[in-house]
Formats: sequence, structure tokens, C-alpha cells
Amino acid sequence: MSFHTVEHLDAAPLNRDAMAKLVAEDIPANSFVNLGIGQPTKVSDYLTPERGVILHTENGMLGMGPQAVGDAIDLDLINAGKIPVTELPGTAYFHHADSFAMMRGGHLDVCVMGAFQVSAQGDLANWSTGGDDSIPAVGGAMDLAVGAKDVYTMMTLFAKDGSSKLVTECTYPLTGLGCVSRIYTDVATFILENDAVYVRETFSMSVDELRSRVPVELLTYS
Amino acid sequence: MLKIAQSADAAVSAITEGSTVLIGGFGTAGQPIELIDALRRHGAGNLTVVNNNAGNGDVGLAALLGAGLVSRIICSFPRQVDSYIFDDLYRSGKIELEVVPQGTLAERIRAGGAGIAGFYTRTSAGTPLAIGKESRMFDGKEYVLELPIRGDFALVKAHISDGMGNLVYRKTARNFGPIMAAAANASIVQVSEIVDTGALDPEIIVTPCIYVDTVVQVDADATHGKAKA
Repeated sequence: MSFHTVEHLDAAPLNRDAMAKLVAEDIPANSFVNLGIGQPTKVSDYLTPERGVILHTENGMLGMGPQAVGDAIDLDLINAGKIPVTELPGTAYFHHADSFAMMRGGHLDVCVMGAFQVSAQGDLANWSTGGDDSIPAVGGAMDLAVGAKDVYTMMTLFAKDGSSKLVTECTYPLTGLGCVSRIYTDVATFILENDAVYVRETFSMSVDELRSRVPVELLTYS
Repeated sequence: MLKIAQSADAAVSAITEGSTVLIGGFGTAGQPIELIDALRRHGAGNLTVVNNNAGNGDVGLAALLGAGLVSRIICSFPRQVDSYIFDDLYRSGKIELEVVPQGTLAERIRAGGAGIAGFYTRTSAGTPLAIGKESRMFDGKEYVLELPIRGDFALVKAHISDGMGNLVYRKTARNFGPIMAAAANASIVQVSEIVDTGALDPEIIVTPCIYVDTVVQVDADATHGKAKA
């Protein structure tokens, strides 16, 4: 895929909704997609039915519909974040081993996950901060990382201390090696291809400013 | 031959101290709360529990942990907003935790029921969860050897059983039920309805009766997600 790098210098940094909308617009029509818990769940708000995207949820469902409200709430019908959801026409249910065979077997086109850090090689860290008193909990993140054909991640580019979460090597415990293909952040979108990191577009800052704050070689599309 | 228990307490009465118990459910969906409550009253301790999570709130699995009956838990995602009972036990060193990637957990259980001695998966390769595990390269990629999980008992929630123990489930409450029923020496299943043998369309049966040892009917309102909402 080829792009032309665009700098939106007058734009504000993207908020969570704007990031979710951007991801949704990039998901190919008619693809099978898994949205991770947390921020990626918002992506479904921007997937219109005409796109034909079919959502997979790790707890055994293809064809997941919007969040359930009112009388539609059924506690036997939840998503990976344990939020009540609805079923769309054509929904299928299956057990957990089948659900993860779909992932591991390479049948999902795209998964979208949050990230603590992503390295220039596409290594992903998103399941543990490695703190002494943190309780390790991985869920399906490692299975998604190796299984989906494309792994998109969403995060703010800079941590609270200003350091970049796009790094040369992840310092947090790894979820998967070389698995990330796109990084959506509040100030820039990155494409990882040909063993390099390309800036596709920026919001509120220039590529030069990104280069001054991100310790990874950033290429641009001409 | 299927045993139809008259109560959840009777259904779990054979579970002994130190057993490994596979418990179905993803969060509360498919969690066999009535069977777990009965196991807590039964009081067999030093259990190893296999579940995707480590309990929610203070009911079901969380209450079993809170009663001090579980010494070890194998799960993929113990840390949740409402897993405070587990959090306290873990931080005070009163429970041993084995964290397993969710798909690896499911496949290890499936392997346990299917007579597979182990399998190689790319999941967790190169991560801290692969440390100490045998790995092997296939087609230039690293795969990690994972071993099966079996249970002495499984506690499963299904929707309907027939008189032989053929089961159907409801929506995403199916989750770990079918694979856990197959991977236990004795599987104990709570359902909201038992129908006559022959009343279920054979084409829709999810768990065939060969995997089911005991069935107990519990209050339908308690097991039917819709009614509880």
C-alpha cells in the first residue's frame, strides 16, 4: 500500500473518538475484525453497516452488534470487555477453543489493540507494566498478536513524562514480536512496512518535531 | 450413564480435597454459580481451579476464593475492576497464580479432552510467559510447547440437557463449557431445563452426552441471562 505523508499542522491532537473514527475508516470493507478491550471498542461506533465488517469477540461470537441497552440486555451475551452486546443477522456462536483457533489460524483480517509501547520492529507491549505489585493478566492479547493478519494499535504517542511510546526496544514485558503493522496515535499515524517506520500523517505537529521527540528513524512517503 | 442430581449440593458432593476443578464461564456469562456455591458449602479445600478469570464481585467463584478453599488458580485474566477478593489473596500470598494466554488456556483444555500430549503454538513466543518452556522453530518461526490441562471435575453451565446429557448452550455463555466438559474425569453440568431424550434436534447438540456425567436443573431465572438482567 502506498501513501503520501500529510502534515495537519493546524489540527488539534486527535481525541479518542477521532482516533477510533480514523481506525474505522482504515479497516477494509468486508473484513473479519477483533477489537480489543478498552479504547479499541470505540472503533465499532464508526463502522457503518454498508462496510460489511464482521466483528469477532474472543468469547465465542462472530457478528457482534452494538452495545445492548434496556430490554436488549442479556447477561449471556457479552463482549470481551464483559459489556452486554447484541447480535446481528448472521451471528454465529462457538466455544473458546474454536474462537482462538480462528485467531491463531490466521482467519482474522485485523485486530485493534491498545498499547503501552510499540517498537520500531513492531514488537508490542500491552499486557503488563512489570511492576512488582501488578497482577499479571494477559487475556487474549498474545493470541491476537500472533494470529491476526494485521495488528493495529491505538495509544497516545507520549507518556505523561513526555517520553515516546514508539521506542527502539520495548522496556515493558512483550506481548508479541514483530506483529504490529500500524500505530494510531493522537499526533500521528505510523505504518510499519519494509522493516521501517513511515509517518502517514501528523496532527498538530510536523514530521520534524516528531523526529525530535521519537527515538526511532521515521521515514515519510513522497 | 447420566446421573441426574436432585440438587446442586448433591451434584458436587463427590468433589474431594485437593481436586483440580475446571470451572466454566467468561466473567459471569456461563459461570455455574449455583454449582460453585454448592462446592463452597461442601467445603473441600486445597483446590486447583481453572477458569478464564479469578472471580467477580463477591459471588460464585469469587466467594469460593474468599472462603479459602482454592490454593491455586490457572487463568488468563485475573485482574478485573471487580476482582478484589482475588487481588487481596494474591497480594497476601494466599493463592498461587498461573497466567496463561487465553487461547493457549482453551487449547490446553481442548488437548486435555482430546488425548493430545502437547502442542506447539506461536502464542507467547519471545515473551515472559514462554520463559522455561521448550520451544522449536517451524518454517523460521518460534513455537512454544504447551501441555494439556485436565480436571478431576468440571463445573459447567449449559442451557438445556436432554435425559441423556446432550447439551445446548446459550449465546456467549457457551465459552469454555464444551471443552471443559470433555477434559474432566467427571463433568457436572447445571442447566435451566431438562427435556425428554429425543426432544433436542441432534443437529444442534453442542456437547454430546459422552462428555457429561451429572446434570442438575437449577432455577431457570438464575441461569437465564435475560431473566436476570
